[in-house]
Amino acid sequence: MKYVDEFRDARTIRRLADEIAGLVDPGRTYRIMEICGGHTHSIFRFGLSQLLPDNIDLIHGPGCPVCVLPMGRMDVGLAMAEQDGLIFTAFGDMMRVPGSTGSPLESKARGADIRMVYSPLDALKIAQENPERPVMFFAIGFETTAPSTAVTIMRAKAAGVGNFFVFCNHILVNPAIRALLDMDDMRLDAFIGPGHVSTVIGCEPYRFIAEDYGRPIVVSGFEPVDIMQSIAMILRQMKDGTAKVENQYSRALPWEGNPAARAALDLVFETRDSFEWRGLGRIPHSAYAIREEFAEFDAEKQIGVHGQTFPDPVEAQCGDVLKGAIKPRDCRLFGNACTPETPVGALMVSSEGACAAQYKYADVTIGSTD
Amino acid sequence: MPPTTFNDSRISMQHGAGGRAARRLVESVFTPAFSNESLDRLGDAAILDARGTRLALTTDTFVVSPHTFPGGCIGSLAVHGTINDLAVSGAEPLALSAGFVLEAGLDIDHLREQVDAMADAARAAGVPIATGDTKVVENGKCDGLYINTTGLGIVRDDADLAEDRVRPGDAVLVSGPIGDHGITVMIARGEIDIEADLVSDSRSVLPLTRALIDALGGDVRWMRDATRGGVATVLNELTDAAPVGVLLEEQAIPVRDTVRGACELLGLDPLHVANEGQFVAVVAPEKADDALRALAETPGGREARVIGSITADHPGRVVGRTPFGAKRVIDILVGDPLPRIC
Repeated sequence: MKYVDEFRDARTIRRLADEIAGLVDPGRTYRIMEICGGHTHSIFRFGLSQLLPDNIDLIHGPGCPVCVLPMGRMDVGLAMAEQDGLIFTAFGDMMRVPGSTGSPLESKARGADIRMVYSPLDALKIAQENPERPVMFFAIGFETTAPSTAVTIMRAKAAGVGNFFVFCNHILVNPAIRALLDMDDMRLDAFIGPGHVSTVIGCEPYRFIAEDYGRPIVVSGFEPVDIMQSIAMILRQMKDGTAKVENQYSRALPWEGNPAARAALDLVFETRDSFEWRGLGRIPHSAYAIREEFAEFDAEKQIGVHGQTFPDPVEAQCGDVLKGAIKPRDCRLFGNACTPETPVGALMVSSEGACAAQYKYADVTIGSTD
Repeated sequence: MPPTTFNDSRISMQHGAGGRAARRLVESVFTPAFSNESLDRLGDAAILDARGTRLALTTDTFVVSPHTFPGGCIGSLAVHGTINDLAVSGAEPLALSAGFVLEAGLDIDHLREQVDAMADAARAAGVPIATGDTKVVENGKCDGLYINTTGLGIVRDDADLAEDRVRPGDAVLVSGPIGDHGITVMIARGEIDIEADLVSDSRSVLPLTRALIDALGGDVRWMRDATRGGVATVLNELTDAAPVGVLLEEQAIPVRDTVRGACELLGLDPLHVANEGQFVAVVAPEKADDALRALAETPGGREARVIGSITADHPGRVVGRTPFGAKRVIDILVGDPLPRIC
């Protein structure tokens, strides 16, 4: 299949693995964070860490929006879902994410009208087809999915739809990276940058990572060849003693990103003063809210919620895992109180979370890689 | 498989998805209550001893929506699904029963269409629908039409299929490309807005299982119908039931480009997508070529492939090996495969 097979080519990948092996200094450890959950998924799906030397540690970052959503936000969303007549819409990703009283799927089983959509435009269509009922879209995601929410809100305004509301949980990638870099005990050496987010924001905003913190970042595609090549590019920078922003994903990603998408974001959203991230705490300027001009579509303003929300459990050490200070299995809850079916911490919630992946794969020795 | 505890307070959709949640429901509510020798094996069909004759008995209920999709409909599915459960148990079907739950208000022509499809499917497979039942429920109580079919068959004397016959080194094969049915139904439901030249694989696999046992007899060790939960789920059920592991060669697994593309788009794994006309078989390693030849000579069997082998290396685990040598664990999903968007 075109655009897939050539990026999974065994010979190219083996060549890159050899190149990586030749670039590492055996006397040190390399802690490389892939920020994006999509990369985490590819790394596990294709077993890429097995192709790397032992002293390269891939640290799985906070780039899965489902994982870092605080439980309290899910509680608010589900409290909205339980209002009479309301249709709750969300991506499939959200359907099994637990709030303190259960997941959207469990709410649905109790009778709430919960529908899975593939795009916010589908949710708007449901609103137009059900004019007598309020329809809420549980918006989630980084700068990747935020533009489609923005455009949907613009269309809703243009069409004068009065029963469509967005519960905005869009978050921003760079404030989270900065928060990680500012943590005491931060041990990350370099970053694999998020390809999809960058198609919107471009590569320029990552400059502070290289210039202020001296860490290389290579924005990467999602296929095995992309990720292996990005790791080689990072190691080459480290070997040369440089730190800069590089774009491995140039086939899909222009350096400047997508100015039209950013214009839509600017029109519809403003940055919140701060936002709670599961596992990382409150991070300044790290999320979008809907601007006053579009307040009629803002579920937080238009749908009163009297549900009770619960804070996230403090025992989970998600923050320590994210900054590379501990491995998932070293967390005191890992595998006991916190499992994929009963997640406590952020990173166990989605299959793209570092702990869920580790839980699924780490208790098995699957032999050598040949 | 460790004993399961059932903490779920209500039934949710994921209990019907054929994954871990469904299994938890069965093992914690049904099997403890009904426990007996043939049920506890949890095979596709129960094998009963009728004074020296091995009978295969199976039942299945069909609630698919929409009722009609490219390549099939709920009626044809209800016949094929039950025949297939008998077929992969090494049985020759004797007869089916059909039970209908009809919603008041259902269009009679629509019902007639589904019943005709059932009759055609049964006739083509040479299996009579010998008895039936009809119930009507109030408008709004069911999705137009639900169908239950039960199948009775006689297990062939030369068939000897069981988890405990599977040995390290055995070949694992699949009867054709996987995921066609699941993706076709997603498209027909309007869940994915793509146009694709794809039809469900809904069919009777009886001619194929028959050809396989004709050619290999007892060297066919185990077969399973890869319906809900897909190939990954049935292989995990095998490694739960027998002290072996499965190693799949990922590039050998037949998947049509359309299905691969849809799965890439939605973040799904074709190994978890439902099939309605494909089965997985484990055969003696030296008979793998004979098996493929027997299938290829049977209509609908030319796309069968060996996709991996049974191994002693990682008992209890299904592992996939990529063309570049890395491995990953292939697990059972908790519930339905959910698309990943954000």
